[in-house]
Formats: sequence, structure tokens, C-alpha cells
Amino acid sequence: MFKGFDSKRRGILSTFLGFGILLPQTSASIAFETSQSTTINDPAPGFDELWHTVMVDISVMGVIFAAITIYFMFKYRRKHPDQVGDAPKMSAAQAVGWALIPAFIFMADDFYLAAKGWQLWNKFREVPADRMEVKLESGMYSWDYTYPNGVRTQNKLRVPAGKPIMLRMTSRDTIHSHYLAKYRVKEDSMPGRVTYLWFYPKEEDIGDRDNLVTCTEYCGVMHSYMVGRVEVMPAVEFMRWYKQEESKLSQNNNNAEDNSTATATNIILEQEV
Amino acid sequence: MGKVLKEWIFTTDHKRVGILYLIGSIAAFCLAGIMALLIRAELTYIGPTITNDPNTYNVWLYFHGAAMILGFQIPALTGFMANYFIPLMIGAKDVAFPRLNAFSVWLFFMGIVLALLTFVVPDPPDVMWTGYPPYSVITTGNTALYTFTVLLIGFASIIAGVNFLTTISFMRAPGMGWNKLNIFVWATGAGFIIQLIFVPVLGTAVLLIAFDKYLGTNFFDTTTGGDVLTYQNLFWFYSHPAVYVIFLPFMAIIFEIVATFSKNMVFNYKVVVYGGIFGIVLVSGEVWVHHLFVTGMPDWIRIGQMVTTLLISVPVGLMVIGLVGTMYKGAIDLSKTPMQYAMGFIFLFLIGGLTGIPNAIPSLDLHISDTYFIVGHFHYVMAVAGTFAIFAGVYYIFPKMSGRMYNETIGKIGFWLSFIGTNVAFWTQMEMGLEGMPRRYYDYAHLPQFESDQMVMTVGSILIGIGFILALGNWIHGAIWGEKAPDNPWGSNSLEWTTTTPPPHGNWPEIPTVDADWHPYNYKKS
Repeated sequence: MFKGFDSKRRGILSTFLGFGILLPQTSASIAFETSQSTTINDPAPGFDELWHTVMVDISVMGVIFAAITIYFMFKYRRKHPDQVGDAPKMSAAQAVGWALIPAFIFMADDFYLAAKGWQLWNKFREVPADRMEVKLESGMYSWDYTYPNGVRTQNKLRVPAGKPIMLRMTSRDTIHSHYLAKYRVKEDSMPGRVTYLWFYPKEEDIGDRDNLVTCTEYCGVMHSYMVGRVEVMPAVEFMRWYKQEESKLSQNNNNAEDNSTATATNIILEQEV
Repeated sequence: MGKVLKEWIFTTDHKRVGILYLIGSIAAFCLAGIMALLIRAELTYIGPTITNDPNTYNVWLYFHGAAMILGFQIPALTGFMANYFIPLMIGAKDVAFPRLNAFSVWLFFMGIVLALLTFVVPDPPDVMWTGYPPYSVITTGNTALYTFTVLLIGFASIIAGVNFLTTISFMRAPGMGWNKLNIFVWATGAGFIIQLIFVPVLGTAVLLIAFDKYLGTNFFDTTTGGDVLTYQNLFWFYSHPAVYVIFLPFMAIIFEIVATFSKNMVFNYKVVVYGGIFGIVLVSGEVWVHHLFVTGMPDWIRIGQMVTTLLISVPVGLMVIGLVGTMYKGAIDLSKTPMQYAMGFIFLFLIGGLTGIPNAIPSLDLHISDTYFIVGHFHYVMAVAGTFAIFAGVYYIFPKMSGRMYNETIGKIGFWLSFIGTNVAFWTQMEMGLEGMPRRYYDYAHLPQFESDQMVMTVGSILIGIGFILALGNWIHGAIWGEKAPDNPWGSNSLEWTTTTPPPHGNWPEIPTVDADWHPYNYKKS
């Protein structure tokens, strides 16, 4: 895990050098740390922000190149059939300059974007401690979730609003990719490996029918129908459902113990997506 | 007739071998293009549109990807163009090993035949052009066809690599130093260096799939200690450099065209060659993990290869500056079809290249990876930009190759239709991807918001199709009924135009020599 950009270290660094230009940053990080127990570092808005930065960046570059090309196209049109090009011969210094200066500009831009990207990456990979961990096993062609209390659902991920959700993912057959477009995140689920992702469902996501889970790694003939839904519920309602399913589960288990022929069917099939 | 056929089958003339490559790759292009239109037709509306069987659709997808890359782009550039241009550009009578050259084109044709068996066998391969296990191992589709198509075409390419690197090293005309080579010769040579290093890795990867599927080995079976990511690492360790095997020659052919139609020296020639072309060779092998940004690879390598991937912008940027700079103070003639394709290429390549930058950043890739965004991006930067370069190159060399002229008006109409169609189709596709449309979908019933965009994309693809058909028809018509072409219709300074049209076997009666102030792009003295 990369810690280089995480807020705690910056806080320590700022306390060491806590004056001058770093002062505003110090107070900002202290303010952040005191409220960290309630603030979740949600990466999804960070995605939109970085996306915007990158789009501005590449648009500027693209427009500069395109404008120069169009300008040359019309400025240097051939006037008569025998005309030849008149590019001045470059000196060695000019040639090197035309290599090094653009190279440094491109590299500066690359490192700037890389630093921004790394910062956001840490947000995506550092899962808040105050989270709920759900296990996911994917298979052709369904998403099977198991909650910490053993409750299992298929193709429907019920989550409480305001609680970071972490998925620990694996697959029982081939490679699938669990994609949550709304939360700007996906990660492959693979046989023999465990991967993870996390996302932060919020109050405003409650009742969103388009909060889908799609499969983005080609997995066979029904790939495009392998779809689930994230159902964000108010925390209280979620707890009610969660406890209810838990008690059903324990009842089933008791029954199973009483009657060895009974099979525990605790998968809730909800596939009306 | 029989005699002519025999002459062509047993030919060792590099120009005829090149034309055979062109015929094979255009055949692959036409079939794969038909697949593309079928795919678009299927996706126009929600639900089954022209086929009820998702598997049929998946076979189209497989064939479209595999045939376009392995059957069209790589052979058209490193087969046809390398064969036709390189010996003529360096002033050689033929390649170093003409019989090996003929062997390589027939291996390629065998590969095409294997690929065509897709439409005959009862269990066609449905593994996409990437063939990821475990799916490619557990599928009932015929993965062996995929494996052996890749092996045959890969082997053809290794042979060509040895042949052309020898030719370039030892058969240059007297007086032609390394710094007087055409950009195309440099770039294609660099592409062959990449092929020689990396193709064996791809060969290994696809062979291991066949072993797993048919011989019961467990390289990718996790239940017995295999690993699913091994294949992806091996595959992309080749297949990302393969992008540059396509990119370098197609960029270089645009350099040739821009320099010729601007009658100008290539801007900063040495930096383009040693910084741009060889810079790309240098970084090509250290960036493959950007195809695996969402596979749970360790964080250190995802971050590390984000940096190396972004740094590709340096050599590519130097090449683009060289390309645009070549127009500076030139005498630009925009009225010819190859030059229009070349200009169109620059814009497509700018859009495609720059939209690669968000893909290089893993935290952005978490959202856009494996969506229509990435598909749109590589269709801009590689598929259509590459095809534009190939079409520009064929139009450019057409008078020399066939001895006749094509029709300028039809050529330009074809260009504009496909240029507009490309932007309509693939810009829309990138927007869909950003909004969350996953790739390789047969149906998008649960994403109905994309139906109108899908329709727009289909319209765009039809425009592209018409544009390309016009170009193909124009060549066939021109080759048979066109006006006789002069020896040097574009007034180029490069050696390939000094021979008669069409060039005889052996190219020149005497090997040409070049003097001290000759340079393929030096127009000032003449």
C-alpha cells in the first residue's frame, strides 16, 4: 500500500515544519483529522475532479497541435507546381532544443498527472476502518454476496447508506469484473485469487433503480445479462432486514440440525433487475 | 492463366510477395469489416436484432478483433508495406532472403485459412482476440484455431523480421549512410526488432492455452496450482509492444506522405529517429501492466507502470512534433487523396493518442477500463488511424505498384465519408463508455439509456463502411481501367520513385548509387 500521500503523514510533516507556507495546510489537516471518525474519504467525487483535470489537460494539448496543423496546412500551401519546401536547416543546438524542451514539458505534465493519479489511487485502495465487509463470489452468470453474519444474496447488494462497503471478491469459474459505474470503480474477480474494492453508498442513492452492477470482463455467452443491482437502504431499514434474514438463517440452520435431510436454502433469489 | 497463377504462387520477387500480402490482408479486412457492420447492426436496438444467438455474436466479435489485428493491420504494414517499400527505398534489388520471404507470405495465407475455418467448424472460437483463460480453456468453442492462427502469423512475422533487418543492414545502396534512410525504413526496422523480441512470448502464451485445453496441463487452472493472470501478463507483454509494431510503420508512412506532399525535409530527422522511434522501442516492453490495472496486480507495479505508460507521451510527442513540423515552410499540396488521408490521420491520432492518457492512470482506469471508452480510444488511435495510414500508403504507392492512376474524386469522397463516420461512431462510443457502457455486450436491455447513442454509432459505422468500400472499388477500378501513371507522379525525392513504373523484377537495371548531398527528403538542391 502506498502511503506517500495519505493525510496522516502530511499532518506529521506539517507539524514538523508547521509554519510559513505549510501553515494553512497544517490547520487543514488537523481539522480533517479531528473529524475523520465521521468523514469518509470517498474517492468517487475525486474521480470526477481528476477526470476534469485530465480532460482540460489533454484538450489544451490537442487544440494546440490541431491549431498548428491547420495553420500550416493553409499558410504553406503550394503556390506553383515547381515550388519546393523552404525549411531552414537547423543547427545542432536548435535540434537538441527541439528535443529536450518538448520532452521536459511532456514529462512535467506526465509527472503532474501521475502524482494526481497516485493520490486518488490511495483513496481507492485505502479502505476506511469503519466499514462493512461483504464477500463476493462470482460465477457464470451471477453475483453471489455473503454478509458478515452469513446472510447470502444473489445479484442484489443491499447496503446501508452512509457506511463504506468493502467487497472481497473471488470467482468460482472464469474471470468476471464487478463494475459499479455509479461509484466509479471496478475490479476483476478471478478464480484462485482474492481482490477487493470499496465504495461509499450515500443517502441520495436510496431508491436509485439505475445503480447497477455490470460485468465488464467477457465471461461467455450470457456475459451481457450478468447484471446485479446495488440497493442503498436507510441504515435503520437495512438493519431490520439484516436481522430478519439472520434469524431466518439461524432457524434454517436449526432445522437442518434437527432434520439431517433438510437442505439449507438461504440464498435469497432476487433477480427482478 | 495457369502460367500467370504459377508465376504468382512461386514468386520470390519482393514486390509480388508484397502484393500477395496486400491481397490477403485486404481479404481479412473485408471479412472483419463485414463482422463489424453485423456487430453494429445487432447493437442498433435493444434485444436480439439480427441474431437470436449471443454465441453467433461473440464469434463475430472474436473474428472482427483477431482478423483486423492479426490478419489485416500487422500483415498490411509489416508484410505488404515493408515488402514493397523497403528494398525500393534503400536501393536494393530484392530482400536478403527472397525464398524465405515467399515462405513467410504463404505461412500468413495458411493463417488466414485457419482463421476462415471459424465459419466452417461447428464449434467456432469465441474467445475474443485476447483469448483469456480460464474462459478460453473451459469454453466449448474451438480455441485451437485461435492458437494456431496466432502461431502461423507470428512465425511469418519472425521470418520477415530476420529478413528485413538483414536487408536493411547489408543491402543499402552505395553511399546510403544510416542517417539517409527513409523514416519508414527506420520505423519498420524498429517494429521488426520489437517483433523478434516479443512474438515468442505470445507464441508461448497461446500454446499454453492449447496445452491446458487439449493436453490436460494446468498452467491456468487455479485448483491445481496454476494462475489465471500468468496468461494476461504474457499476452500483454507481447501485445502492447505489438501496438507499436503497428504504430511505428503507420506513423512512418504518414511521414513519407507528408514529406513528399510538402516537398520538405523531415523536421528534426535525427530526433525523430533516435528519440522518437527508438524511444518507443525502449519503453514498449515496460508498460504492459496498464492492461491489467483492474486485475488486482500489486499496487507498486500498477503505480510504477502508470508512470512508464505516461512517459510514452515523450517519444510519441517528439514524433508528432516531427510530423507537424515537416509542414513548416513546406510547399503543401492538399489536393491529392493520400495527403488528405494523412491529414485526417493526424486529427484521429491526436484524439486517440490523447484519450490514452486517462487510460494510463489506474485510478481513472478503475472506471473506464473494459468499457466502451477504451474501445473507442483504440479504434481512434489504432484501428481507424492505422487503417487511414494503410489506405493513405496504398493510394500513395498505387501509381508505382499498378502503373495506373486511381480516381481522385472518388478517393476524396471515400476519405471524407470515413473520416466523418469515424468521429460520429467512436466519439459517441467514448461518451457511452464514460457513462458506464461495458464492452463485448450482445444486448444492453438493462442499460436502455444507450439506445439512441448506439443508433448514432451504427450510422457512423455505415459511413465508415461506405468510405472504405469506395476506396477499395477505386483501387480495383484504377488498377484495370486507370490512366497510365508516370514514373514519379508526386515529384518525390525518395529512391523508390526513380525506377520505372511498374518496377521490373530486380527493380533497377543497375543498383542506384547516391551522392553525398542526396537525402530522401532533401528537395532544395534539385
